[in-house]
Amino acid sequence: MMAAKALPGGRAASAPLLGHDIEPTIFEMSVAGRAAYQLRTTGVAATPLNELVPSTHLNPDVVPLAEVSERDLVAHFTRLSHRQFSVDLGAYPLGSCTMKYNPKFCDAVAADPGLNSVHPGAPAELTQGWLDLLVTLEETLCVITGMSAATLQPSAGAAGELTGLLLMRAFHTANGDPRRRVLIPDSAHGTNPASVTLGGYEVTTISSNDRGLVDLDALKAALGPDVAGIMLTNPNTVGLFEEEITEIATAVHDVGGLLYYDGANLNAILGVVRPGDMGFDIVHMNLHKTFATPHGGGGPGAGPVAVSSRLAEFLPGPKATRLADGTFDWTTPARSIGRVHGWHGNAMVLARALAYIDVHGGDGLTRVAQHAVLNANWLRKRLSATLPAAYDRTCMHECVLTAAPLKAKYGVRGLDVAKALLEEGFHSPTVYFPLIVDEALMFEPTETESLQTLESLAEAIERIERRAASDPESLHRAPQTTPVSRVDEARAARHLVATEDAAQR
Amino acid sequence: MADYLPHTPDEVAAMLGFLGMDSLDQLFAHIPAAVRLSQGLDLPAGMSEPDVAAVFERFTDANRATTTDMTCFAGAGAYDHEIPAVVKMLGSRSEFVTAYTPYQPEVAQGVLQAIFEYQTLISRLSGLPIANASLYDGATALVEALNLAAGATGRSKMVISSGVHPHWRAVARTFAKGTGHEIVEAPLKDGVTDWAGVDASGAAAVVAAYPNYLGILEDLTAAKQMAVADGALLVIGADPVAAGVLKTAGQWGADVFVGEGQPFGTALSYGGPYLGLFACTLEQIRRLPGRIVGETVDSNDRRSFVTTLRAREQDIRREKATSNVCTNQTLMAVTAAIQLGWLGTYGLREVATRCAQGAHYLYDQLLAIDGVRAVSTQPFFREFAVRLPESALGVLHRMADEGVLGGLAVSALAGGSDPSIDDDIDDVLLVAVTERRTRAELDNYVDLLRKAVS
Repeated sequence: MMAAKALPGGRAASAPLLGHDIEPTIFEMSVAGRAAYQLRTTGVAATPLNELVPSTHLNPDVVPLAEVSERDLVAHFTRLSHRQFSVDLGAYPLGSCTMKYNPKFCDAVAADPGLNSVHPGAPAELTQGWLDLLVTLEETLCVITGMSAATLQPSAGAAGELTGLLLMRAFHTANGDPRRRVLIPDSAHGTNPASVTLGGYEVTTISSNDRGLVDLDALKAALGPDVAGIMLTNPNTVGLFEEEITEIATAVHDVGGLLYYDGANLNAILGVVRPGDMGFDIVHMNLHKTFATPHGGGGPGAGPVAVSSRLAEFLPGPKATRLADGTFDWTTPARSIGRVHGWHGNAMVLARALAYIDVHGGDGLTRVAQHAVLNANWLRKRLSATLPAAYDRTCMHECVLTAAPLKAKYGVRGLDVAKALLEEGFHSPTVYFPLIVDEALMFEPTETESLQTLESLAEAIERIERRAASDPESLHRAPQTTPVSRVDEARAARHLVATEDAAQR
Repeated sequence: MADYLPHTPDEVAAMLGFLGMDSLDQLFAHIPAAVRLSQGLDLPAGMSEPDVAAVFERFTDANRATTTDMTCFAGAGAYDHEIPAVVKMLGSRSEFVTAYTPYQPEVAQGVLQAIFEYQTLISRLSGLPIANASLYDGATALVEALNLAAGATGRSKMVISSGVHPHWRAVARTFAKGTGHEIVEAPLKDGVTDWAGVDASGAAAVVAAYPNYLGILEDLTAAKQMAVADGALLVIGADPVAAGVLKTAGQWGADVFVGEGQPFGTALSYGGPYLGLFACTLEQIRRLPGRIVGETVDSNDRRSFVTTLRAREQDIRREKATSNVCTNQTLMAVTAAIQLGWLGTYGLREVATRCAQGAHYLYDQLLAIDGVRAVSTQPFFREFAVRLPESALGVLHRMADEGVLGGLAVSALAGGSDPSIDDDIDDVLLVAVTERRTRAELDNYVDLLRKAVS
């Protein structure tokens, strides 16, 4: 691996030093008789359990967990953390995931016991601060999306989608007929069709046109009185803005259908254009993308759903509400679909998102979108000779490039480029999505990566192209400098070993 | 101007120049003017972090029910357990916190191995051979269990004990509107499920809670027999801390175990993010929702971990997927693995035992108070319900003024009436005791409740 040249502003991109030694499992480290736990001295009498609980309920066996010292526990999980790439370590241009920097301040806010030590079942009178926070966030998200009310309960984007579809169903059912079909573009995220099925609807797929946008004629041909609505991402998963959105909205509304906005790509349009102004009726947001709450290695997220006024009465409840006297209480909308979360939603994620929004303000959020789109377009153009864009025009916050030329010339595929990039110290882009682009590599640099980082990324990709020309075999074997080399995914599925005990069998 | 953007004005100008543009607005020129905002967002201007911290003090100051200000006896799935410094610190390592889903296993072995260890721990505690990488929370884990049962049996009727947490049942009813599942709730009699009172024929799932949400230990033999007789799957929602000493879901014959994993190292957090625990038999492996991590080798034959059985998932199966779940609660699952590593085999048993000891001591003391009555004659574990001579909400408010969060009013959890309670629900108080409660706190609770109801 060649070192990148020093750039003005420094080499912001990292080539992370990750741990290379195989780490034993915590079960392999276990030694009978070791322990780390320490509990409070309570003075409560230590009555034997079999005097408190009938023996029919007690497990005659001891369930083995692990027996390690605190020192070993710390060493184990610290070493595991050294085998893990993260945003804090280096650039993470994983398309569709908005891996921007997660401000530490927002984590500090969430670590305050004034928020995180509150029991969710405590009466509203004792949790007025939380209700105030939730109402403030709901109002703020409505301003950002141009909607009139929201639920904060859904735990993630997919949970938001399903909630939105149940709202769609409740709305149509109240009008006499739930309807049958939901339209989805062929470029959509996989969660969309899966959610439609769980919402009790059938999917009708709409093809994209040669510009990567919804084919308006195909859409109109698919519309009918049995269409409950359409799910759209705008900008779409190809990173392009659906320029005919007004025509799409009119056509769907003309048959009585509703427009659902998949907020996965909301980062691109903050303060520029709002889903409500485009004609959308239901909007979910991914707070872990747009509002920088940490992704946690695959959750927690939060997927609030905002709606236009005609859908507000169906929102999940109970919901935090500001009363006339300035205090707060829980209320349930008149025709609520019910609860979609065990409590009130992923509250600590919601608090982080509000802190992020407050730091940026209306002006800062607009800059977020502008710089995210600037970075994506700069990278698209900078790489045009190596990895051409699937649709070569101004993109939004992400650009879908194709490795098809490398495949044709050198037999090097998109996956090889993605793996080789790991050796260069960058996380890979999203590979082979969206499905409508051959050898797709979807880059989303986000607004928090510097020009120097983008330049380093571009140079790394150019180095990979030179390797493709001189030694394509080495790319099929990449990565070799990472904690493990390319893993055998087929074997994992063929011989399922999902626990230590299965490994022992 | 406060933000986290690195570009200087000169760099912005240079980047725009590279694109042949002279303003940031030009990046958005292809968006129809009719839908574009002309004035930006109607929100206050950005503030510095210290200024936002001052805003948040308004929220924290107005929350009275913190565990620092009030002794917590509230439970119902969310418990005030010890979370030691070592778990907080390891669980907040930024490599775990700021990573994404492990799509590139070569640089994600840390998260993948931690999830593998988590799956092993949940598998052992549930007594079932396979666990997933977690779901959103206990309630949505139940919904996924119902969807699995529907897929496995080709049926849509769900028989659910009303001993299952009222919020879980509410969430199941909500999502049934999309799947078309018929939900039949079995009432409680003397605090345990009256299975004879429901018709389970043609059911996809029989769902029981262990202990149930009133803290009561039900003998699940009848539930298992009913499930077997009717060809339904047995789903058991169990308290994972109690699972350290009680019979496991697997030992009761469960096909699916679900649980709320908050007690394993996650703060009360006003209800989220928590994590849904999910385990099942090998027969159901192809229907298991969410992510699973499996062991494999890399191209140099070194042990490695990777997300596996991906063909079930939404991004591949799309409308035919078993579940729409994409995100799970990885950070909470990693934290649970760390907390269980800290507790170890005997620490979890000790915590469970101490909870039961404290709860039984308090229960006996409370029943000695005039007007406080039992709601059930059945055994309980670490949480219990008592009937007060007046509204539980009123009593809770008087106790709160003395610095004690005295539990939860069952009416607030379950609404004005519920098949789990066969008399006036307003007077029923649900009390949880964890290993953190001292004898002095328990005795103080008894005094305050006596005062509040006299």
